[in-house]
Amino acid sequence: MSNIPHLLVHDHEDNVGVVVVEGLTAGTEMFCCVTHDNSTFTLTAGADVPIGHKIALKDLKEGDTAIKYGEDIGKIIADIPQGGHVHTQNCKTKRW
Amino acid sequence: MASKFSNITFMGYRRENGRVGVRNHVIILPVDDISNAACEAVANNVKGTMALPHAYGRLQFGEDLETHFRTMIGTGANPNVHSVVVIGIEPEWTKRIADGIRTTGKEVAEFSIEQKGDFETIRAASWAAKDFVHKATEVQREECSISELWVSTKCGESDTTTGLGSCPTVGNMYDKLLPEGITGFFGETSEITGAEHICQKRAINEEVGERWYKMWKAYQDEVIFAHQTDDLSDSQPTKGNILGGLTTIEEKALGNLEKIGRTSQYIDILDPAEQPSSGNGLYFMDSSSAAAECVTLMAAGGAVIHTFPTGQGNVVGNPIVPVIKITANPRTVRTMGEHIDVDVSGILRRDQTIDEAGDALIEMIRRTANGRNTAAEALGHREFSMTKLYRSA
Repeated sequence: MSNIPHLLVHDHEDNVGVVVVEGLTAGTEMFCCVTHDNSTFTLTAGADVPIGHKIALKDLKEGDTAIKYGEDIGKIIADIPQGGHVHTQNCKTKRW
Repeated sequence: MASKFSNITFMGYRRENGRVGVRNHVIILPVDDISNAACEAVANNVKGTMALPHAYGRLQFGEDLETHFRTMIGTGANPNVHSVVVIGIEPEWTKRIADGIRTTGKEVAEFSIEQKGDFETIRAASWAAKDFVHKATEVQREECSISELWVSTKCGESDTTTGLGSCPTVGNMYDKLLPEGITGFFGETSEITGAEHICQKRAINEEVGERWYKMWKAYQDEVIFAHQTDDLSDSQPTKGNILGGLTTIEEKALGNLEKIGRTSQYIDILDPAEQPSSGNGLYFMDSSSAAAECVTLMAAGGAVIHTFPTGQGNVVGNPIVPVIKITANPRTVRTMGEHIDVDVSGILRRDQTIDEAGDALIEMIRRTANGRNTAAEALGHREFSMTKLYRSA
């Protein structure tokens, strides 16, 4: 791959991806890669998001399920626009 | 079928019971907390020995006591240990642990402090320790097959990069080396929550999978639901995990389970610190997800090398087992490079494949087995932490 990706996504079913570069700022046109088959796409970052943190690949609504690895990783508890930061402020475990 | 990994050999220490170690420690092992001082005095007297102080060993009972005994005996029995001086406050539990270690055929000397005091105990134990050091330092390494390695794994200070890079690197290693006959350990019972449906299916057969699920469910019911004061979101994921971008236990568990790769299946389930008895293969050990506790239990189970994926940068080591740190997080490589043995951050840049990273880890395992000190060894990380199941009597 010639370009270094800003965002990695595990699986095509996922609705969140992981920022893999430091210092990502809002408005960056992110080069994104799905690790399952190395397919690529672009997406605009909606916020300054630290390395390792997640970004919504599409608009997510309260009550939706966050999907990563093609699996349920928790419930969305506040609406998140596409490109927005997904973390403990808007996503929670369904366990415990 | 022969692969490019079948012919890997390393120079190890073959022990009396046939197991192979990669280190040659003489340890001074306290049975209980109040024997730490005597053990540390002996280790100070005799260079080339190491005391393993810890916090427990008095008035424990039931399964908690059995776990303590297994941990003590397993630590002494580990093939990375040449010989052992055991010191306890009273003779009976001291003898039980010394005799347990003796079943391996290695030399063990035991001492109890009551009616003698620290001075007399330290004097006698120092003579034994000195004799062991002379013997240990004359033992030569010999060529051993990769199949003779027992390799454990547990990740720590995980973040989203562990699920993307360092955990799949360990998984790739297991997918390549388990078919060559190594013995593997994974565990971290609470940290499979959210991926238990996947983990159950990775058992060799339905019966083992059902036993695994019962063990996992018992921990949920008897420990978490019995003691939780909230949703555990302050503990699991940890504050460090959350800083690193992990949001929920489900997300953490799915990343964690990447450590067993794509094809590896576990053949049996072990109690904490239990040694495998079902032959070569991968084992799930019922264990805490706290780094030092888990590595201590797996070392007591007989692992001689530990592979430790980290994201935000866990610094844990173990007194008797070399801990190989692997990270895919480029920031951690930059800020905590002294702790990292295998840098797989190329996976995030997409200029290194998981397959290449797995090969790089296997090469580091081979070099570590040959004697290369890991970052944790060089930095003196010797965390030895007992797992405590409940309050002592």
